[in-house]
Amino acid sequence: MMYFAPWKKVTIWVVCLLGVILSLPNILPRSALDALPSWIPARQINLGLDLRGGSYLLLEVDMKAVVDGRLNNIQDSIRGLLRRENIAYTDLAVQDRSVGFTLADPSQADRVRTLLAENMQSGNVDPLASGQRDIDISVGSDGKAALTLTEVGLRDRETRAVEQSIEIVRRRVDESGTKEPLISRQGTSRILLQLPGEQNPDRIRRLLGQTAKMTFHLVSQDYQPGQPGPVPPDTEVLPLEDSRSATPQSIAIKKRIEVDGANLIDARAGTNSQNGQWVVNFEFDSAGARRFGQVTQANTGRPFAIVLDDKVISAPRINEPILGGRGQISGNFTAQSANDLAVLLRAGALPAPLTIVEERTVGPDLGADAIQAGVIAVAVGFLLVITYMTAAYGLFGLFANIALVMNLVITVAVLSLLEATLTLPGIAGLLLTLGLSVDANILINERLHEETKRGRSPFSAMDAGFSRAFGTIFDANVTSLIKMGILYSLSSGPVRGFAVTTAIGILTSMFTAIVLVRFMMVGWIRRNRPTVLPVLRKA
Amino acid sequence: MFWLRLVPDDTKIQFMKGRIVGLATSAFLSIASVILFFHPGLNYGVDFKGGIAIEIQTPQPADFSVLRSNLDALGLGQVQLQQFGSPSDVLIRMEAQPTEKEQQTALDTVKKTLTDSVPGTVIRSVDSVGSTVSGELFQNGMMALGLALVAMLFYIWFRFEWQFGVGAVVTMILDVTKMIGVYAVTGMQFNLTSIAALLTILGYSVNDKVVVYDRVRENLRLFKSMPLRQLIDLSINQTLNRTIGTSLATFLACLPLAIWSGETLQQFAIVILIGVVVATTSSIFIAAPILLFLGEDKLFRKKAPPPAKGDGAAAGKGA
Repeated sequence: MMYFAPWKKVTIWVVCLLGVILSLPNILPRSALDALPSWIPARQINLGLDLRGGSYLLLEVDMKAVVDGRLNNIQDSIRGLLRRENIAYTDLAVQDRSVGFTLADPSQADRVRTLLAENMQSGNVDPLASGQRDIDISVGSDGKAALTLTEVGLRDRETRAVEQSIEIVRRRVDESGTKEPLISRQGTSRILLQLPGEQNPDRIRRLLGQTAKMTFHLVSQDYQPGQPGPVPPDTEVLPLEDSRSATPQSIAIKKRIEVDGANLIDARAGTNSQNGQWVVNFEFDSAGARRFGQVTQANTGRPFAIVLDDKVISAPRINEPILGGRGQISGNFTAQSANDLAVLLRAGALPAPLTIVEERTVGPDLGADAIQAGVIAVAVGFLLVITYMTAAYGLFGLFANIALVMNLVITVAVLSLLEATLTLPGIAGLLLTLGLSVDANILINERLHEETKRGRSPFSAMDAGFSRAFGTIFDANVTSLIKMGILYSLSSGPVRGFAVTTAIGILTSMFTAIVLVRFMMVGWIRRNRPTVLPVLRKA
Repeated sequence: MFWLRLVPDDTKIQFMKGRIVGLATSAFLSIASVILFFHPGLNYGVDFKGGIAIEIQTPQPADFSVLRSNLDALGLGQVQLQQFGSPSDVLIRMEAQPTEKEQQTALDTVKKTLTDSVPGTVIRSVDSVGSTVSGELFQNGMMALGLALVAMLFYIWFRFEWQFGVGAVVTMILDVTKMIGVYAVTGMQFNLTSIAALLTILGYSVNDKVVVYDRVRENLRLFKSMPLRQLIDLSINQTLNRTIGTSLATFLACLPLAIWSGETLQQFAIVILIGVVVATTSSIFIAAPILLFLGEDKLFRKKAPPPAKGDGAAAGKGA
């Protein structure tokens, strides 16, 4: 108890020294940090957005759209398959999580079952790596068939939709020139986007608010919007964005996708050399270019619709076949909107719409004010605590104070090493740590006081005092650690930061309060050889 | 050299005499808090209620009537304006819109209206939380609090006896309800930071209980024949210096935050200050009496004890 092996002494010194070195980068200015030799880990604690200013957006992937899209795909494939095989059917429809239809001739059930199994699970559908099927196929002998998305299939779709969305979000944010975006998945269907320093996330919001699915269609020749009679099944009426007139207009287009925006390899905003208007120039890959060439050749003289997210943004007449794979979208663009569209087209379409479910922005001066006020207040609080400890416990109070400072230093060092993010709740965590650490020191000093009053010699008082105080401190700290563990695993964001800082603080306080303090006390006793510990009032 | 001792060493206050009064007062305050929690309820911030909160700074002292009429004209539901800090700092709160999309549009319109109606206005912060997320945040926060309590119950049960675990957790629940009462009475905003504040108090409070209980456990081994009531009083008195000392130190550490820091931290610190007082008193007047009631027969060791080992060390104390 009273003897520290040399390696223990060395370890204590090394830990304290490391703590100082590792926490130092946080107070050094940037220039000094850059001047440091590279072998020194110049890691800093990141300040959370609430302290440094910036924007925080929580996006939700529309899972219903993902599932609906998948079901519609299945429905289309079934329609194509059955038509190709000349099989008559009725009631092809999507219900809930499955696609059902009824065979006109139930005796074909076996053949259809085989056909579906061959085509739906290997051809159009990605087989899952695990060998599990993503669709359950059932064809009854009464001719009723149903293709149901399995739980595994659904989850797989969702995971992929979120991963794809993250990738597209990253590309869009990067393209927009925003610096250091942090993008991460949260929960099953959410994406967290943090933009440090971003004051006005309006443009990002606009960029993320669009799916940006672009397709090229032919304009219907035999149906006009508003024409009496039903809309033909292969035609759909969409709003026309391009209109320069005040009244909203719509246009009828063929449902068939002639060329898909996924085939685009580049898109840039530019101006039309003739009228100076803003346009978006685009370029197809070779497959897209070939297809685009064929379509424009076959339909020269007819209008062509460019559809973006279920709106026709432009419907120009095809003047001549476009064979090089390059084209131009002229719409009602401003410099900004042309640039935005170019960014969206370059980054690609989102697999499903995103909704912003939470948005927070903190201005930089507000963050700076918060830091300054917080730091000053914490410093003054610290000073008060130190004064109290010295007043209450004298020399041993000073030892406790050194331990408190080291506790803070080592906590900061560990947080820097983890490159953790410090938020306001994190500061609260540091405060709780300070409280618990002070408590540990008070417990020890009170015990020493009691044991000395009972007439024990310094070493025996230290022995008894520390071992008794240790039990208490241990139980108290483990209780707190358990709680922090629960908080960490259950919560997200700010409360998590609180749990991390507190847990690290508690662990380091075990070292500083129990090991470091004892080390200092033992050293002092060895040098001064007092007859009683200096913990009684009249020492 | 004079060293500050908050409580004389031989203090022998019979705290357990006040156990009925203590428990009754605590129960009364907690029940009142629960009633206040339901009616009129807490002033939930956007974190838990959903909605939009915007902090702006106007170039001149803000003209509330202009802001109000312009915002009301948007027809986006209830709008609250509140000055905080200087006369040119305004906090605008609006209720959640029916869907996330509408909320986004509303946010755009409001921001534009604010900068248009008072040119030169700086938007200092924006919080917009949709109704789905706010519900989840609230649920998660409450679940974290609840599970933390259960985990503590089991750990203390495991390390002590079940009476200690129950005593600590019941006290903790009484503490937390009182703190919620503080939010209800003061009308302070209840948001994620408030949860952090409650957790801090909870952490502080459980620490306090463990320290007192730990001493009771130790004394149970030392003084095998002492009546439980006397033993608990002794334990509280023995730890009184540390209880008050730690509370004082924590109080001092938070005091500057409560006085100087910005709006968010200030409310946080004030809550902690109140919490420290609540937690300290509850360790003495609630946690200990509960232990006395629960343990009267169970923890009281009936047989005459063999001479205790620790008697020498405990000379002049209690027994």
